[in-house]
Amino acid sequence: MQEEQGSLQQQTGTGGGEYLTFTLGSEEYGMDILKVQEIRGYDAVTHIANSPDFLKGVINLRGVIVPIVDMRIKFKLGQADYNEFTVVIIMNVVGRVVGMVVDSVSDVTTLAPEQIKPTPEFGSALDTKYITGLGTVNDQMLILVDIEQLMSSPEMQLMDMPA
Amino acid sequence: MTQERMESGEIDLNRFNQVFFEECGEHLAEMEQILLSLSDGKPDEEQLNAVFRAAHSIKGGAGIFGFQDMTVVTHIMESLLDRVRNHEIPFTTAMIDLFLEAGDVIAMQLAGHRDGAEVRQEAVDQISSKLRQYIDEKTAVIGTDVTESDVTPAANATAELQSGCRLFEMEFTPDPDIFKRGVRLEQLFLELESLGELTINAEMSPIPDFSMFDPEICATSWHFTLKTTANEEDIREIFEFVADEDQLNIRVIPDQQGSDHHGDSARTVALSVTQAPPVQTAALPPSGNASGMSPGRRAADKNETAPGAFGRRGSEADSSIRVGVTKVDQLINQVGELVITQAMLAQAAAGVDPVQYENLHRGLLQLERNTRDLQQSVMSIRLVPISVVFNRFPRMVRDLSAKLGKQVELKTIGDSTELDKGLIEKISDPLTHLVRNCLDHALELPDVRIAAGKEAVGTITLRASQMGGRIVIDVLDDGAGLNRGRILGKAVERGLLVSDTMTDDEVWQLIFAPGFSTADAVTDISGRGVGMDVVLRNVNSMGGRVQIASESGKGTRVTISLPLTLAILEGISVSVGEEKFIFPLSSIVESIQPKPESLKTVNGRQVVHVRGEYIAVLPLYGMFNLQTAITEPDRGILVLVEVEEERAAILVDTLLDELQVVIKSLEENYRKVEGTSGATILGDGKVALILDVAALIDLGKKWSGKEAARQIE
Repeated sequence: MQEEQGSLQQQTGTGGGEYLTFTLGSEEYGMDILKVQEIRGYDAVTHIANSPDFLKGVINLRGVIVPIVDMRIKFKLGQADYNEFTVVIIMNVVGRVVGMVVDSVSDVTTLAPEQIKPTPEFGSALDTKYITGLGTVNDQMLILVDIEQLMSSPEMQLMDMPA
Repeated sequence: MTQERMESGEIDLNRFNQVFFEECGEHLAEMEQILLSLSDGKPDEEQLNAVFRAAHSIKGGAGIFGFQDMTVVTHIMESLLDRVRNHEIPFTTAMIDLFLEAGDVIAMQLAGHRDGAEVRQEAVDQISSKLRQYIDEKTAVIGTDVTESDVTPAANATAELQSGCRLFEMEFTPDPDIFKRGVRLEQLFLELESLGELTINAEMSPIPDFSMFDPEICATSWHFTLKTTANEEDIREIFEFVADEDQLNIRVIPDQQGSDHHGDSARTVALSVTQAPPVQTAALPPSGNASGMSPGRRAADKNETAPGAFGRRGSEADSSIRVGVTKVDQLINQVGELVITQAMLAQAAAGVDPVQYENLHRGLLQLERNTRDLQQSVMSIRLVPISVVFNRFPRMVRDLSAKLGKQVELKTIGDSTELDKGLIEKISDPLTHLVRNCLDHALELPDVRIAAGKEAVGTITLRASQMGGRIVIDVLDDGAGLNRGRILGKAVERGLLVSDTMTDDEVWQLIFAPGFSTADAVTDISGRGVGMDVVLRNVNSMGGRVQIASESGKGTRVTISLPLTLAILEGISVSVGEEKFIFPLSSIVESIQPKPESLKTVNGRQVVHVRGEYIAVLPLYGMFNLQTAITEPDRGILVLVEVEEERAAILVDTLLDELQVVIKSLEENYRKVEGTSGATILGDGKVALILDVAALIDLGKKWSGKEAARQIE
């Protein structure tokens, strides 16, 4: 059901809905609220040998082992500091649980389809294929990310890819 | 919109189907097992009854779930079995084959329904006609030779033989609640009519006064006369889920007038039944004329036919329950969490003064014991005896050896050895490959064996045993053994790197190469060279190892060793810098603090000299790219590990603790990490990676190669 919605949004690129907004460096992003499981502070992680630098490691989330990625490192956005304000968004994507480190979580915003505009090329540090559109809320631009596509992409190296 | 609602209102039969598939599979397996055990001896009543019950249950279930095609074969099979068990038809060994074949056909139909596999209708028709032929032929033979059968009345048999048609008289007294169960009697009457000429008379006298009349209660009984070519079984079939044994009375009306009187008396009895309590009805002696219905059949059916006609017929009061694997896994996970919590508590309490808080410490000790017991009990739920797998082989060996013209005896030892259910499912394929190989390649034809001074009958032994934390399964044969020369020859042909100086063990390892086969001809049994590599891969994926020992002319032994369970591991925690890792205890030989003089370098690679052996040193910090202060072997600890005869000394900072850990999958939310087999959660709630020693040694080889190259630069 959730997946259907996701792909629908992705097809039309202008699907409205509720978005969780978060910041990475100076940029404001939005992701489908339905993908979010919980939000928690940054805790010590267990490092994984020979993994890319943006994969911080894994944590124990009530008995489930969850990988944590830091998007600031992945997209070279701002300083990757870890302090009491650093937030991890735990989300459910393609049947998996993944944690994403962001600078802060701001709000939950409802966007109508007409508030969402198509993405020009070179929109942000993210590859435009993972961006479903740009939203405008109170004169602020919101980059809407197709988090499912992004997290399951080969470049995130989060999943075993069929050879 | 309305359509949608209607759809959702329908009962989803699929989830019930699953239960039927499972049960049907079990019944088939049971049937096969009994049939195989019958091989030469005379079957006793109980065994035949068991086979009959299995066939009957499959038929019943298939009928309920609407798999009509499956009822066809089972029905005929049941008819034949019924006659065998009533001594109408003598039991022959040829029948075993026939029944086994029928079982296969049913299994095929089952697979068709369950997995959408292809069903060969001609096979179904073939077996049906074969079975039917048996019934017809044998009945005819015995019908003429009256003395051989004391159960079938001669009159009955001759009546059947003279004309195709027989006249049946039936009394049907349904139980009063039949309407409430939603049985449609008119349907039943139509079905009966389709068999032949039918006359129906309703017996209305038991209907009470209008004032007392309840339209939902059935007070009527019926009297049918049916002229048909069908036999009594077919008629009973129609009543199968409608009437219990004592509600239906069927008689053949013979030509002679003699036994008609008996039939009359039976009818009066049946009519009076409506008022009499059912216990009395059951106590009535079965009518001697109810053709071919021995008391045995009635008694057996009583068990299966529980009153609620549509209920499941559980014959044996089984003392086990069926629980979904997910539920068990959930339980195991939760207990795993409990163990972690307990460890956390123990750690937190370690700093508390034991004198002042003696009670707390005692309680925690108790908790530790209890959680450990609980964990063990929960883990044992998943354990299944390996006989589940072993039981598949007698049939295979029997069929294949007949096909190959070999004489083979299969022995199984340690059937009750228990193994995790997940492993049981995965081990079955590799074992099948191995047994096939034994049959096809290893064991020789009888004359070859005699010429070699061996017994004509070859032996395949399957042996399971528990050794420490592992389950060891041996597949032994007393065949020709592996042929070193031929394997080397094939290897050269295939362009593999070999030399004549290789040890036997190294040569045997070659047969695990993909596509390797020394068979001269590809048979439909094996020889295609897909096999041993699959065996190795499957076993490795379970954390198991395969070893081969072979002696020319004497035989071959393939040993598979598997971890006891996939969920729990005995391990030792070690630390490197900030990180902790778990070594599986089973792979550790010893751990040492090396003296500087025992450390040497070979070609830029470090080795340690332990008791006359040089073992490569693989620093964990290097392989895993970790930060640590201890980079020299003589300042840390070397953990000596061994897998598949390969040894390595892995450098870590310190050893921490020996512990039991619950294995968690990294792949569930992440992906496989090289050199590890999973992860676990330690007492402090942190995640630690579990090292896969075999993979670690491979990783170490790559790493030390690179490292050596870097140093040379």
